[in-house]
Amino acid sequence: MIVGERKPLEEIRAMLDPYRKILILGCGECVSVCMAGGEKEVGILASQLRMLYKRQGREVEIGEVTLIRQCDREYIEPHLDKIYQADVVLSMACGVGVQFVGEVAGEEVIVLPALNTKFYGVNLEAGMWAERCAGCGDCVLDKTAGICPIARCAKRLLNGPCGGSQGGRCEINPEVECAWQLIHERLKARGQLELLEEIVPAKNWKPSLSGGPRKVIREDLRL
Amino acid sequence: MKAGSNLEKILEKGEFAVTGELGPPKGNDIEVIKKKAEHLRGNVDAINVTDNQTAVVRMSSIATCALLVQMGLEPVMQMVTRDRNRIAIQSDIFGATALGIKNMLCLSGDHQIFGNQKEAANVFDIDSIQLIQCVKAMRDEGTLLGGQEKIEGQVRLFIGAAANPFADPFEFRVVRLAKKVKAGVDFIQTQCIYDMDRFKEWMRMVTDRGLHEKVHILAGITPLKSGGMARYMAKNVAGITIPDKIIARMVKAKDAREEGMKICVEQIEELRQIKGVHGIHIMAIEWEEVVPEIVKRAGLLPRPKVSKN
Repeated sequence: MIVGERKPLEEIRAMLDPYRKILILGCGECVSVCMAGGEKEVGILASQLRMLYKRQGREVEIGEVTLIRQCDREYIEPHLDKIYQADVVLSMACGVGVQFVGEVAGEEVIVLPALNTKFYGVNLEAGMWAERCAGCGDCVLDKTAGICPIARCAKRLLNGPCGGSQGGRCEINPEVECAWQLIHERLKARGQLELLEEIVPAKNWKPSLSGGPRKVIREDLRL
Repeated sequence: MKAGSNLEKILEKGEFAVTGELGPPKGNDIEVIKKKAEHLRGNVDAINVTDNQTAVVRMSSIATCALLVQMGLEPVMQMVTRDRNRIAIQSDIFGATALGIKNMLCLSGDHQIFGNQKEAANVFDIDSIQLIQCVKAMRDEGTLLGGQEKIEGQVRLFIGAAANPFADPFEFRVVRLAKKVKAGVDFIQTQCIYDMDRFKEWMRMVTDRGLHEKVHILAGITPLKSGGMARYMAKNVAGITIPDKIIARMVKAKDAREEGMKICVEQIEELRQIKGVHGIHIMAIEWEEVVPEIVKRAGLLPRPKVSKN
């Protein structure tokens, strides 16, 4: 899933300052699952803002809506009326949702982000999420025992652990696991260590963001 | 001859090589370079110039190396892939070789989190092994990386890389060296050695695979200045292990600098006995003035002369 983390209340308050009629727009997909921007979090943020404005003696109207998802036109369109009635939409989706609600609603509608979009990751344990994929556009997991060195090595190395790998930990932080140590261990357990003897040549970064904004086109699905 | 550098000639002659290291100034003060360089002149066969080591901004390795060439000294240009993509790397190699640089050390580089520009984006377009492949293609095929595109002129570089026998997983360390050899490296300079047992074990694995016949290995040493430095390095420097007995010697010593020198000379003696070690690389960090004394006491002076051509 796409993992997000809500921005600090103070930052949200500051960006909402010019507006009197706010629609907080949650998203029912990834950010709901990672408990950053679903229906429940919309409710919490709305309450926090109401209390804040009450203390400040400000009259601000706050609406709450949570869509099934914000990255599909069909789920945004039924809510356009509410969106048009607000001065501002505070999207609690990932950066994709923030942009797409704006695209669908039209350029008059101001959509602001309530979250920082962090990464594609997993829920490791209660209250902990970790990155697993960097969306590089050319998957190498078949060569790396199913552990991604692009997303999980601080140097995106493709030919094994650097000299900073110690005791299974990365040089940047003892709390970070060395991805190449994990790859080595798994290949060893599978009796496939010889895979690490091969030199992986320079990666083609064209399919990644370096190649510019990306699009997937499926002719078989186009109308 | 691949590059015709002094270092290459000495190693190819079978002489025991000595290289030193010079950290450029955190600014453009040429006097710092001159002072450090003069401590090394005549005492080493080539001088490594670090490339923003530990991600601290310093004068560029290329410019510093070019200054050393002007001073009649031989540099080993270190280059990290942290700060340059393959476009900048190859362009800088053209420039460096045009300026008379003949040795290059291919590195990935310390992560920027250690440095003084922690908010920087890193590059890591290619890794150190791919960098070796890149330089080798430029030198031996006369082409750019991965392409048929021909280079104007000739890139003559003696290609080096690093090895850290003290990093994990230990059994992979010799595999990593083998990959660097396969990629086309000519010489290796190791991380500084304090744990001699582990280094010997690594060298045994190296010789078992016959790698010592394909690459010149220079054993890295760093003289310790004080007990505090020993403790600090053991605890804080990525990829370095220092046995307790060495730390204890440094802590107890009345004259710590003298003790540091003694340890260094003993290490050189021991390293010279190890099969496959073709030289030493002395990294006297901000203590370049100690190098002449260490080299002298180790009986490595005068440095061998090789023909200029």
